[in-house]
Amino acid sequence: MDETTVPGQEGEGGRAATRRDVLKLAGVLAVAGAAPTVTVRPAAATPADMQAAIAKVTGDAKLSVGKVKLDIPPLVENGNTVPCAITVDSPMTPADYVKAIHVFNEKNPQPNVISAKLGPRAGRASISTRIRLSDTQTIVAVAELSDGSFWSDRVDVVITLGACLENPI
Amino acid sequence: MARALINVPPKAKRGEVIAIKTLIAHVMESGFRHTNTGVAIPRDIITGFVATYNGEEIFRADLYPAIAANPFLTFHTVATESGTIEFKWTGDNGYSATEQVKITVE
Repeated sequence: MDETTVPGQEGEGGRAATRRDVLKLAGVLAVAGAAPTVTVRPAAATPADMQAAIAKVTGDAKLSVGKVKLDIPPLVENGNTVPCAITVDSPMTPADYVKAIHVFNEKNPQPNVISAKLGPRAGRASISTRIRLSDTQTIVAVAELSDGSFWSDRVDVVITLGACLENPI
Repeated sequence: MARALINVPPKAKRGEVIAIKTLIAHVMESGFRHTNTGVAIPRDIITGFVATYNGEEIFRADLYPAIAANPFLTFHTVATESGTIEFKWTGDNGYSATEQVKITVE
């Protein structure tokens, strides 16, 4: 194609048609080239490792959203120590209680953060700890209830200084 | 013996839900860091925590390298009777630490 077919200031006619063809062809090529790499992602992109770790816990059960409250600051300066509290809305009676609380992350070297086992003896399904986060990412808390259902909450956390970056002397 | 801080209310009413806070001094070396000369630092973390109330297990947690240094854990339990609450941490390289706290239930 010579240069005159590309700029857009010429009028209607043979040249414009040529240009249209060129653009059409370019568009087809771009789509064809990009198609194999385009994948449909969920609204919250969750790397495969975390999904695999969650699937290991939940098995075939459905993971619902709700009941769990993951309390973690949305903006963190130092990823080495991030306060993190998980509270599950449950009466904690022998008939209806929280069996376990799991926390997962998506960008640390490992997806697991903590797995805690509770019982009706706990009285209140609430735990807190301090965790390390290497990068800006999504944290997911999963609660396993005594009836076999799984509930979750996710929070996006922005990290200014990630853990694991500094080297010890 | 490792240095541990444990916060349990010394007195509680029967049936009351009490909060228990524990903190233990530990580096929690993740195993993902390297020295300045590029040598990998081996992992050294606490992997397990168990709390028992008069011998009955009330709380258990598996910890991973993503837990910050000096692991801090808060959880709850129902004060049923006077006695001892025992805490046990276990970890890499045969690490083990135990602490006991007395509680009076009225």
